[in-house]
This record gives sequence, structure tokens and C-alpha cells, in this order.
Amino acid sequence: MKRSTLALSIGALLAGGQTALAQDMPSAEEMWRIIQQQQKQIQELKARVEDTDMKADAAVEAVESGGGTGGGATWAETTQIGGYGELHYNNLDGSGGASDKDELDFHRFVLFVNHQFSDNIRLFTELEIEHALAGEGQPGEVELEQAYVEMDLNDYHRAKAGVFLLPVGILNETHEPNTFYGVERNPIEKNIIPTTWWAAGAGLSGELGQGFSYDLGVHEGLRITDATSFAVRGGRQKSAEADASDLAYTGRLKYTGMPGLELATTLQHQTDITQGSVANAGSANLFEAHGIYSKGPFGLRALYARWDLDGSGPETVGADEQFGWYIEPSFRLNEKWGLFARYNEWDNRAGNSSQSEMTQVDVGVNFWPHPDVVLKADYQMQDNDNGQDQDGFNLGVGYQF
Amino acid sequence: MPRSLLPLLTLLFLSWPTLLPAGGETVYQTPEAFLEQQFPDGVPEPDVVWLRGEVRETVKDILGHRYPSLRIRYWHKDGRSAWILDEIGKDLPITTGILVNAGRIEALRVLIFRESRGWEVRHEFFTDQFDQARLNEGHKLDRHIDNISGATLSVRAVTKLARLALYLDQWIRDDTQD
Repeated sequence: MKRSTLALSIGALLAGGQTALAQDMPSAEEMWRIIQQQQKQIQELKARVEDTDMKADAAVEAVESGGGTGGGATWAETTQIGGYGELHYNNLDGSGGASDKDELDFHRFVLFVNHQFSDNIRLFTELEIEHALAGEGQPGEVELEQAYVEMDLNDYHRAKAGVFLLPVGILNETHEPNTFYGVERNPIEKNIIPTTWWAAGAGLSGELGQGFSYDLGVHEGLRITDATSFAVRGGRQKSAEADASDLAYTGRLKYTGMPGLELATTLQHQTDITQGSVANAGSANLFEAHGIYSKGPFGLRALYARWDLDGSGPETVGADEQFGWYIEPSFRLNEKWGLFARYNEWDNRAGNSSQSEMTQVDVGVNFWPHPDVVLKADYQMQDNDNGQDQDGFNLGVGYQF
Repeated sequence: MPRSLLPLLTLLFLSWPTLLPAGGETVYQTPEAFLEQQFPDGVPEPDVVWLRGEVRETVKDILGHRYPSLRIRYWHKDGRSAWILDEIGKDLPITTGILVNAGRIEALRVLIFRESRGWEVRHEFFTDQFDQARLNEGHKLDRHIDNISGATLSVRAVTKLARLALYLDQWIRDDTQD
């Protein structure tokens, strides 16, 4: 075939094809109708996607708010369970007539159950087993240490009634084992304050601004006797059919207006510290003051407490004045390790010249494998006026949750 | 019981119902007001981080437990991100607003406090410690936060939230770059 004939044939074919294509193409009106239909479909799809998103959001919100399991605030949402515990090993050598101590003791096992009745009314409870085994002839006790209802009066003030921890000292209200140094609690807050100290009554708490807060309470008093030389620790009635003949009043002022610092003082008046059971005894007053300061790895705690008891009964045995103080520097090596030393001095019969002053030095270490778990070791050295000393080491493990 | 005490106790008990407020939680600043303060030219539309995979595990590491939500809302504009986060101190959630700018905390405020102890964490003397804090290795803060005696659990909760906000800000910035 000649080239000219070939070109003519191809041209004819192309022309024929274009004519066919032009005949298949939709008209402008048809194109516009198709575009409008597609636009409508796009709008419908977008609406469906938005609707699906909204349904997904609603489903997620229902799951997050617990609505998927029945709705409303459930018991689990308004009730919290917590607790703490500590196991101690004491290895102490007694001298001058003091006894040896070589003992393993699950000192405290505590459970908290708290419940939120509403936004502004809540319940706090604390049930404790001391020394693991309670009952007739057993060393331990089951104790209800807290059971009170608290109500918000407004954003800054609260009222409570029931059994509560008294606002005094450093350890009485905050004594979970991972929050303090030393296997055993310090002897001042055991023999003078006396921790753990709870009572039934009513109280007010609140903020005063500028870092100041207050606590006020009226509650059951102590009931000490001459049989124990009027030592205050033995006078706790523990809200167990407590004699309410003569109540006590407690007030605390606390300052926590800068990081790491707490300064606080407590005054308490006991209208009759024997509840009328000892004729030659009567009212008593407690003064307590303490400071806590921590800056970086350094920490310092210091506390002073003093009782003044009226009446010739306490005066006769020197118990009209009972006091104690301690100072405790500490150092955090890192997040897990901390070292401390503590000097303690106390006397439950400081009102006369009897040899009754007690002195104890503690040095030790805390190890926190987790912020809520602690292993402790310390060494204690006593130098008591009566020559009856207990020296040795203590080991402990504690937790809170 | 001494007779002199009866009127005092009676007054206390009778006064409770009349003194009760409408709500018990203490709102120091609403989340909306916090956002408006941080974005005065207009609060951007919120976005969300879904807590899944690596993010969920890291959040769990930081808090010590799973975050009680499937996603976390945030607001971001011009390299700044704002987070409204909850963490329980002892019993109840503390709601905290945190603004992160270029990987550092620009503002941290305790917005709503519901616990009965540990309220000191809301004060500026405490929250100022987080100013310009950033994350180190292991998602730890680059500084020591001084504790408040008696408010240890609240301090711990707010510190965790600061770490969480910094981590999430880091994550959304890395995610955006990817």
C-alpha cells in the first residue's frame, strides 16, 4: 500500500471514531444533572459519617462514665477501700533491770472504708487489728479508730461527728509506715501525746487563708488513774462505752504556707482527766508544738509536748508535769533510700526530783522499693535516769494502699 | 455530759443542714475559665489522644494505673497545648489544668479539689514549683518538687499529672511530625 493511501485510511478511521465519541458524550445538561446527583450523595455520606462519629463519641462517653453498666453512681464509685500495715522485729538487750526483747510482731493491720454519700457528706472509717491476735488472753486488740461523718459547710469549712483522730502532733493523724522514719513510732508521740489517740465527739475544721488552717473539737476525755501514776497513755478510753462525765476540748492552728514547711500548735483542756474517779486530781492541759521542714533531700522534724495536771494526787508522784521533745534530721540519698537520726527525751513524772527522765537516740535507714512500700532498719540507744535501758536494733516492713 | 455543753452541741447539729452548700467539691477555677485564660484570643477546638498501644502503656507507667478514660481531650494552638486531667490523691480526683509550651510547663493550676485533706496543693507557692519543668529520661520531671506535710498523696497526684501532660504534649508533637 502506498504511503498516501495509508494516511488517508487512518485519517478516515480517526474521523469516524471522533464522531462516535461525540455521539456517546453526555450533553452539558446531563453532566450538570450527574454532578448534582454526586454532590447530593457526597452530602448524604458526610452526614452519615458525622452521625457515626457522634454515635461513637456517645458510646465512648457512656463507657467512660460507666453508663454502659447501668448508669448512675455505683457503690464502687462512691466507696473507697484502703489500708496500711507494719510488721516489726525488735532485738533489744535490757540492762539495769530492763527486760530483753526478741520479738516478731505484726504490729498493725488497718483497713479504711470511706464512702461518699453526696458531694458534701462523706464517711471515714478505720478498723485496726493490733498485734495480730485479739481476744481473751491474747496480746492484740480490734479497734475502731475512726468512724465519723464529715459535712462541708462551705468551700473552706467542714464539720464532723463520730470517732476521729485528735488533731495533735505529727504522727497521730498521718502514721502510715511509709510516711515516717524509724520502725517504731517515736517515744514522745507514744508516751506523752499519746498516739494513736482517737475520741468520740464533734469538730470543725477549715482554712483561714494565707496557709493557715484550724481544727476545733469537743470529745471524750482521758480517764487516767493513780494506779498507773497518772501516765496519760493509759487513760485513752477509745470510745468504748467511754465515760462522758467530763469532756475535753482541743484546738489546733497549723501553717503550711510554703513548700516543705509545716508549723502547728495544739492546745487541749481536759475538764477532769480522771472523769471524777480520783478525788485529789482534776483538770489538765496539753500544749504541743511541732515543725516539719524539707528542702530537696534534707528533712527536719521537731516536736515538743507538755502536760500540766491539777490536783495533789498527780503532784505527789510528780505526774503534774509530763513532757517530751525530739528532733529528727534526715537525708534522702535518692528516691529509694533515706537516712535519719533522732534524739528523744521524755518524762512522765517530771514534777518532782525523782530519776524518771528517759533519753533515746535512734539512727536508721528507710528503703522504699515503691512509694507505698517501705523496709526499715534502725538502732536505738537508751540512757534513762533509772538505769533501765533497752538498746538494740529494729527491723520493719510496711505498706499502704 | 456537762449541761453547759448541750447548747453548743445542739447548735452544731442543728446548724449543719442550713449551712450546707449546693455542692461539696471546691472549684477554684472552672476548666472553661482556665482554657480562656490560656488562649485569650479564642479557645481552639479540642482534639483527642486515644489511649491505646504505646501511649496507654506509658500513661500507665507514669500514673501507676490506667487512666480512667479511653481518650484525653486537649486544646492546642501555636505550639502550646492545654490539658485538663484528673488523678486521685487519696480518695477522690483532683482536676488540674496544665499548659505546655515547647515541652515545658507554662502554667499549672489545681481547678477542682474534692479531697478533705491536702488542699494546700492548690496554692501558688506549691504550683509555682512546676514552672518551666520538663521531662527527663524515664518521664521524670527535671526537678525535685518539695512535699507538703500532710498532703503527700495530693502532691504525688499533681506531680504525676504534670509528668502526664508533658508526655502527652511530647507525643502529639512527635505524632504530628511523623
